[in-house]
Amino acid sequence: MQIWNPMFECMDREELRKVQSERLSSAVDRVYHNVPFYRQKMQEKGILPGDIKSVDDLKHLPFTKKQDLRDNYPFGLFATPMSEIVRIHASSGTTGKQTVVGYTRRDLDTWSEVMARTLTAAEIGRNSFLQIAYGYGLFTGGLGIHYGAEKVCASVIPISGGNTKSQLQVMQDFGTTNIACTPSYALYLAEEIEERGIDRSQLKLKTGIFGAEPWTESMRNELEERLGIKAVDIYGLSEIIGPGVAFECMSRKGLHISEDHFIPEIIDPVTGEVLEEGMEGELVFTTITKEGLPLIRYRTHDISRLSLGKCDCGRTIARMSKVTGRTDDMLIIRGVNVFPSQIESVLLETANIAPHYQLIVDRVGKLDELEVLVEMSPDLFSDEVKKLEIVEAGIKKEIQATLGISVKVRLVEPKTIARSEGKAVRVIDKRKF
Amino acid sequence: MLVKQISVFIENKAGRLADVATCLANEGIDTRALSLADTTNFGVLRLIVDQPEKALEVLKACNFAVSITDVISVLVPDVPGGLAEVLKIFNERNLDIEYMYAFIGKESGKAIVILRVDKPEEAIEKLKDTNIF
Repeated sequence: MQIWNPMFECMDREELRKVQSERLSSAVDRVYHNVPFYRQKMQEKGILPGDIKSVDDLKHLPFTKKQDLRDNYPFGLFATPMSEIVRIHASSGTTGKQTVVGYTRRDLDTWSEVMARTLTAAEIGRNSFLQIAYGYGLFTGGLGIHYGAEKVCASVIPISGGNTKSQLQVMQDFGTTNIACTPSYALYLAEEIEERGIDRSQLKLKTGIFGAEPWTESMRNELEERLGIKAVDIYGLSEIIGPGVAFECMSRKGLHISEDHFIPEIIDPVTGEVLEEGMEGELVFTTITKEGLPLIRYRTHDISRLSLGKCDCGRTIARMSKVTGRTDDMLIIRGVNVFPSQIESVLLETANIAPHYQLIVDRVGKLDELEVLVEMSPDLFSDEVKKLEIVEAGIKKEIQATLGISVKVRLVEPKTIARSEGKAVRVIDKRKF
Repeated sequence: MLVKQISVFIENKAGRLADVATCLANEGIDTRALSLADTTNFGVLRLIVDQPEKALEVLKACNFAVSITDVISVLVPDVPGGLAEVLKIFNERNLDIEYMYAFIGKESGKAIVILRVDKPEEAIEKLKDTNIF
């Protein structure tokens, strides 16, 4: 098995700890002096940068939440002058405001480095043709993988998301050996290949790297079976860097975290206490090399476990288990982050009232589908069908504009949305992860 | 003349029409006429009943989305051309009809037509010199 950077990926854990401690204290020093938000939070807790000497001191530092990024929208948590920022990405936010992240030249190098490790672990290199079917743009998926792929000298096909017909054409004509996309889109491609009667033996696909949404082992089996490939899980979030935070190797026994750049912790989501190795809890990351947007103890709300043992592949860096759920109400639909509160604010604005609503998420065929049920209220109701249809279409249009994905909207009778202890059940997720 | 119409929001699922009917029957409310407009997912049931205000309360209590609207009721001779004559009168007075439905009245030889127009009271004013009520 190939390893891009054995020095760090296979470093002795004691040695790694020293590297992390050194980088951590310098990162804390930088945020204290350059980001008023962190200075204030540390002062409130009576912590000075010099107090953080090693990884053991990490637990004394306050957490950073997604809300903090929103409160400091757009660039308030950046630790360098904007003249140093060479790239800006953003992901959808909860109340219209996006989560904005910035990269310095060196951050882009770091990103390419961790993606190069990711791709190498999936046996993608100079002889590979990598079709990147993640969206290019503000979303970190497309460009993040792109730069890492160029670094490992793969022949990059930056086709971006969508346009299935053209994806399949390119896959056949260019001899794509690897594909990067969401697992649900990969299944959709598999289906289309079968439907169009494309001869699979004519395809050169070997491995696929799939991420940006949760998926199960059974989905992995199905993908491998139907596409005739090895399916590999990748993990990342734009706040930390984008794709490349953690990756599976061919042993596929957890996702390796590039710990020389990102320190992981597992905490009890309620008490905030750090949990021991192997226990399930909320994943928290501290970036120790990032310049543009360093984050201290950033709460991901993803549920996972850590394991520090050496992997069959020889890597010594920590492994996280496949993400099994969320500690908040965020949904990932077709790779897009959706919070129920986004839909609530749309309903408030469009219908000018706070109607009872429910989100039903299902995987219809191979793609996620979101249906929004809205309870009829006296204010919305009309005896004219035409007017009700306008209401329905208006809500649909606004939600789609806010989320950027298509939804179905259905008006339902009052008091028909299930309530538990008086509180409406906001989300029914029928997908199996 | 102006009459009160009850409209009820109904999802397209089994038994909902029967639920409305039962709800009204239990309170001794008599339904004179009804029409149902439907789309893929829902329908709007329109009713003319003997006690509209009571029907409104009763259906609300049963958790239905209900509204009460003024509609125009006219008597139409039950002969060929009867309806055409009435509609001609509406047309001549620029009265736009949103929807309508008809039923046979108790008075023999006459049908009753319910018409929904934008401003029912103004419409009544415009129609008062005719003999359609």
